[in-house]
Amino acid sequence: MKASLRLRASFLSLIMLVAFLGVWQIAVSGVGKTAAMDPEYAAMMGDSATTGKSAIPGPIDIAETIWGHLKDPFYDHGANDKGLGIQLAYSIARVGIGYTLAMIVAIPTGFLIGMSPLMNKALDPFIQLLRPVSPLAWMPLALYTIKDAGLSAIFVIFICSLWPMLINTAFGVASTRTEWLNVARTLEVGPLRRAFTIVLPAAAPTIVTGMRISIGIAWLVIVAAEMLVGGTGIGYFVWNQWNNLSLANVITSILVIGLVGMVLDQLLARAQRLVTFPE
Amino acid sequence: MTDVPSISANATRIVPRLDAVEAGATARHDKTDRFISIEGVARRFPSPEGLSTVFEDLWLPVRRGDFMCMIGHSGCGKTTVLNILAGLERPSEGVVIVDGKAIDGPSLDRAVIFQGHSLLPWRTVIGNVAYAVSSRWPKASRVEVEDRARKALATVGLAGSEHKRPYELSGGMKQRVGIARALAIEPKILLMDEPFSALDALSRGLLQDEVRRICTATGQTVFMITHDVDESIYLADRIVLMTNGPRARIAEIVENPLPKIRDRAGLHRTDGFYEIRNHLMDFLVTRSKALRDREVEGLDPRQPSIVRFPTLRQ
Repeated sequence: MKASLRLRASFLSLIMLVAFLGVWQIAVSGVGKTAAMDPEYAAMMGDSATTGKSAIPGPIDIAETIWGHLKDPFYDHGANDKGLGIQLAYSIARVGIGYTLAMIVAIPTGFLIGMSPLMNKALDPFIQLLRPVSPLAWMPLALYTIKDAGLSAIFVIFICSLWPMLINTAFGVASTRTEWLNVARTLEVGPLRRAFTIVLPAAAPTIVTGMRISIGIAWLVIVAAEMLVGGTGIGYFVWNQWNNLSLANVITSILVIGLVGMVLDQLLARAQRLVTFPE
Repeated sequence: MTDVPSISANATRIVPRLDAVEAGATARHDKTDRFISIEGVARRFPSPEGLSTVFEDLWLPVRRGDFMCMIGHSGCGKTTVLNILAGLERPSEGVVIVDGKAIDGPSLDRAVIFQGHSLLPWRTVIGNVAYAVSSRWPKASRVEVEDRARKALATVGLAGSEHKRPYELSGGMKQRVGIARALAIEPKILLMDEPFSALDALSRGLLQDEVRRICTATGQTVFMITHDVDESIYLADRIVLMTNGPRARIAEIVENPLPKIRDRAGLHRTDGFYEIRNHLMDFLVTRSKALRDREVEGLDPRQPSIVRFPTLRQ
């Protein structure tokens, strides 16, 4: 059998998944009656006490939970009971706004830094100092100054998306090849046209790489930020379900967060392919 | 006559004042023939031991319609001379006058064909040429720009490859695009920095033929850097010899005795071809160093000596 590498890899993935789910299901299922007890007491204690069933939900429970969310993703039963779809929409919107604002600031600033060695040197200490700070450390300051939890979360996303885009844009712009700049110079191309027709396409692959790193970080940070600010969003949903001791919903959220993160990354990977030029 | 070591027996060395040569030799030699005039140019770089001089006191006139090749060893500052002509570098001293005006930075009048092809990889072949065309004629319509680009590509034999990307082309074809891009803007002067050095022998020959054909047909003024002696003999009307650097200078200008119409295939069988070739080779092998090291008496940097061979017939 000479199947393609891709086919064989998919087959192997499938086997791994089935094996994992099987072990999981067995590990969490009950072993039968463990202790004789009063039926009323047993009913109160639940399966984990009477049959040794784990409190961790098994794959079948998760599948049921997912199916429940899929049937009605957008229900809204008040502040603490909203559908997974609504919560995800809040998170994606926050990431979208914070990320777009970061793009608007980072790309032009990065251009400036990349074009001017003076600005590069002057701004470098600030960037080096602020970049390693966890974006969540900004949260108290944001809450105090902005006085709005939702906006503070957006601000945190803005801060964490800023650095990779800024640094990559500056680097991409600064490493535009001299030979291409010389082409523009000998053709007497003006500075604005040069920026858009030479520097931007030359730096685009590096800029989009920065954008891809940023979206990954932003999606990591939004969950933590929403756990802190509460109210809405997938991060808040996870924390709320933990308080409800609904581990099935927590695990469902983990899967959904992973899925959305993957989609966001793939979107930027596609953008990356669009701007990359083979040589 | 100056005291310069070994010179070919048949060659005539003309050292007297350039004005005298101009008056005597042919009627074409008059003041307007200084289409490009390099006047007292020097280039120095800061180095640990103070300023180091690549070359200084460089004087060189180029006539309109001249195909001039400059040869010399690496480090003699050939590329720097070309960059100064292009306006990409500024001389430390002196000026370059083109068509009566001192140059101040790069200009669309002086097109450059770079050693690496320097194509923009994110543009198609026609996109690269169109970029130059629309820089030259910013008000031209899209159709007109594309038309000119297409014509320029056809001139270098690239019709049909307009929509390829540079990475899909061979080295020779990329350099053809570079040539088309330079020619498309109809420059007064074409500057070439070892344009064929990265190519294989076959494409190099083909491209030399193309360039020779196009430039003679249009009367293009060309200044080209090379270190290939045969290339300079085939292409140039006049060959400038640079001594080794640092502190390089122009040793002499060799007038190419080959007729304007040249046959590449029969070149090496032409009587006298080897004499000029040997003269150039001798220069590169021994005299380029000897001339730098020895102070030659009576050599006026303002009037580089001119070496002439009896006219050859093919």
